[in-house]
Amino acid sequence: MPKIGVYICHCGENIAGAINIEEVRAYAAGLPDVKVVRDYLFMCSDPGQELIKQDLKEDLVDRVVVAACTPRTHEPVFRKTLEDGGLNKYLVEMANIRDQDSWVHWNDKDGATRKAEKLIGSAVAKAFLLEPLRERFVEVTRASLVIGAGVTGMFAALDLAEMGYKVYLVDRNPSVGGNMAKLDRTFPTNDCSACILTPVMVQVGNHPNIELLTFSEIESVDGSIGNFKVKVRRKQTYVDWNRCTGCGDCVKACPHEVADEFNQGMYNRKAVYIEFPQAVPRKAVVDAAHCLNCAGRDFGTQPRLHSKTGEPVAAPCEKTCKTGACDRSVAYNPRGEVVELNVGTIITAAGFKAMDKHPFKEYSPESPNVITSLELERLLAATGPTQGELKRLSDGKTPDTVAFISCVGSRDKHHHTYCSKVCCMYMLKEARLVKRKCPDTNVFIFFIDVRTGGKDFEEYYNYCRDLGVRVIRGRVGAVDELSGDRLRVRAYDVDIAGPVELESDLVVLATAMEPPTGLKELARKLGVTCGAEGFLKEAHTKLYPVETSVRGIYIAGCVQGPKDIPESVSQARAASSAAAIPLTLGRVAVDPLTSEIDQEKCSGCGICVPLCPYSAIKIISLGEILRARIDEALCAGCGVCAAACPSRAVKLHGFTAEQIEAQIEALTIAAGDASGA
Amino acid sequence: MSDWKPNIVVFACNWCTYQGADLAGILRCDYPSTISIIRVPCTGCVEPEFIVAALKNGADGVFVGGCHPGDCHYQEGNNKAAARFKLLKTVLTEMGFEPDRVRMEWISGSEGKRFAETMTEFNESIERIGPNPIGRYINGG
Ligand code: SF4
Ligand code: SF4
Repeated sequence: MPKIGVYICHCGENIAGAINIEEVRAYAAGLPDVKVVRDYLFMCSDPGQELIKQDLKEDLVDRVVVAACTPRTHEPVFRKTLEDGGLNKYLVEMANIRDQDSWVHWNDKDGATRKAEKLIGSAVAKAFLLEPLRERFVEVTRASLVIGAGVTGMFAALDLAEMGYKVYLVDRNPSVGGNMAKLDRTFPTNDCSACILTPVMVQVGNHPNIELLTFSEIESVDGSIGNFKVKVRRKQTYVDWNRCTGCGDCVKACPHEVADEFNQGMYNRKAVYIEFPQAVPRKAVVDAAHCLNCAGRDFGTQPRLHSKTGEPVAAPCEKTCKTGACDRSVAYNPRGEVVELNVGTIITAAGFKAMDKHPFKEYSPESPNVITSLELERLLAATGPTQGELKRLSDGKTPDTVAFISCVGSRDKHHHTYCSKVCCMYMLKEARLVKRKCPDTNVFIFFIDVRTGGKDFEEYYNYCRDLGVRVIRGRVGAVDELSGDRLRVRAYDVDIAGPVELESDLVVLATAMEPPTGLKELARKLGVTCGAEGFLKEAHTKLYPVETSVRGIYIAGCVQGPKDIPESVSQARAASSAAAIPLTLGRVAVDPLTSEIDQEKCSGCGICVPLCPYSAIKIISLGEILRARIDEALCAGCGVCAAACPSRAVKLHGFTAEQIEAQIEALTIAAGDASGA
Repeated sequence: MSDWKPNIVVFACNWCTYQGADLAGILRCDYPSTISIIRVPCTGCVEPEFIVAALKNGADGVFVGGCHPGDCHYQEGNNKAAARFKLLKTVLTEMGFEPDRVRMEWISGSEGKRFAETMTEFNESIERIGPNPIGRYINGG
């Protein structure tokens, strides 16, 4: 007969504040096969775990129930306790009496106590039926995938590459660099963004352990920690990158101009283009959607011959290309090519997207003089459309007045409820850059409040104010277009408790940081959850900030939520170290919570075979008879087969039908008697 | 009967609804203490027999919480569970149970508030239906 020990945690006040521990203790002691009941202030602490180990050593118990917080975070802790105490680590069951009881029934102390009794009863019933299991080990492929090659992804990739691991660095754009490559300068040091970023880009491009897969998207992700199989679609560039030297001759020759994404559409690029001058890899891409197919040169056709000379007539791009990289007679597949990667771990650093101005109708977004801060960055940058000269694109005039509006789309229940965190600082930075370029320009910043928490940030704020940047506290209600290309900003000033109006030549909207386009689909492919705001969710806010609910998949940077550059880089380096652990170990233990078929009970009907999403079940013949068998290396432990088997031949270890039925009974009949309902 | 409170059993998928329930805790979103969760790896492993067993044992309501369509950690366990659940609903009446005593919904790990709201609302709807008729036999009342 199993000897069950029940250990009740107070979690300081967290549990004991709502649940009457004494009553629960007495209840647990009355449950069948419970030999020991103890309670302690913090079960997960050293002395708490010691209580369990002691009982195991003295052989008082051989099954453990811990009534505490959620098994999602603490089951591993107590499994380790059992292991240290010399018991098979799968003989522990947790009753979640904190997250799912005391915390949500704080105002119903009696109800919370009765529920704790039920949950413990349920855990005890399951514990009675627990069986020792042996964990499996899987070999780890010593390579990693980093999704997103902005500053975060690049640092994560470099760290892993420096440790000696093969890294695949994927980005959807033709070049690495991400959003940071678009910035002019960075707070709080006002370093030129390109000056600090381009050396990193070059390093990433040259590192022998890094394989760049730019202009590529993640197609699918299969497998699990140690052995992920990832399909990456390399989008069609219509230029042979093996030959392209990035000379840019084709770009010069191309006659057709389209809006340039890198410059936020404020400038034009050609239909064949190199993303930006410092691009890594520096390779040309034909934007097939906008290509004119000059000289009737569709891809995959032979050039027509000149009616007089009989010479083949090439398009300008291919005519100028000296390396033959731009050859339009190649029949390129528009869908590109899919490559398959095998990696042990994955870091997602897909970054963010700066919100567009168009949803903000009240701010006259159609006016060319109402721009977003990212657009202003391009106007300030030496590589931007004005070569860094501050002037309005509408008329080329230097603005006499610039007004910034904060929290556009952030802290606003109509858009995003969260604070984008970096806007206060980047507005101050941009204000300072405007002042530096044009000291006579009046700069106003409308804030809800100024948030400058961070090393050297408050000093930066004060410096900006000393420069003469005017800060007005209050929400802006509207921006109206006036004649003569002026704009009127109407706001409420909290400090004077009244409305204010201001005429301005340029209005800058500090738009929110949003999850990047397509993040939901990517999350789905990875099996990682998105939070309510749409960013990827970490395993634990404080203790596991770069881990996710999927082992072997990590997150870093703005894909997890708005962050500035120093924070993103710190997270990148945290994620790379977490992702390196399995690679360094070379093999990882995986829970044996998989399904198994009892050959005695199986009738060989085959119902389970097509149901398994992992094709883990095969019908084998044992002499005359047919039986199903599960390959435990393929089984993921979903239990679909177990629920479908008419002969109840499938056992899902860790969640057997008997165990679940025992829990059901404990929560109903047994509890009903006990609570007198 | 006046102090009768429902007894509700919830089967919650470890990857979504169970996390959502934990999040409800972290956010301190109250809901009735009549709700008790059994953790399962996927709704795909919830046999209809489990739901029937809970009702036959006297549960007043049974709730199955899984991942939103397309979000299943095991590709499509939730879809399989949903198909089975639909079938089960049709036979419940024959067995003498109000079909509304059982419910299946998709609640993700980030929907802590929604978990609490759904539980509050489900509890109310079970209160309206009243006690499980089988309870009388079990408790000899
Ligand atoms: S469904 Fe059950 S009985 Fe049929 S083959 Fe699969 S394991 Fe065997
Ligand atoms: S538990 Fe799921 S993954 Fe494992 S064999 Fe059964 S159906 Fe396949």
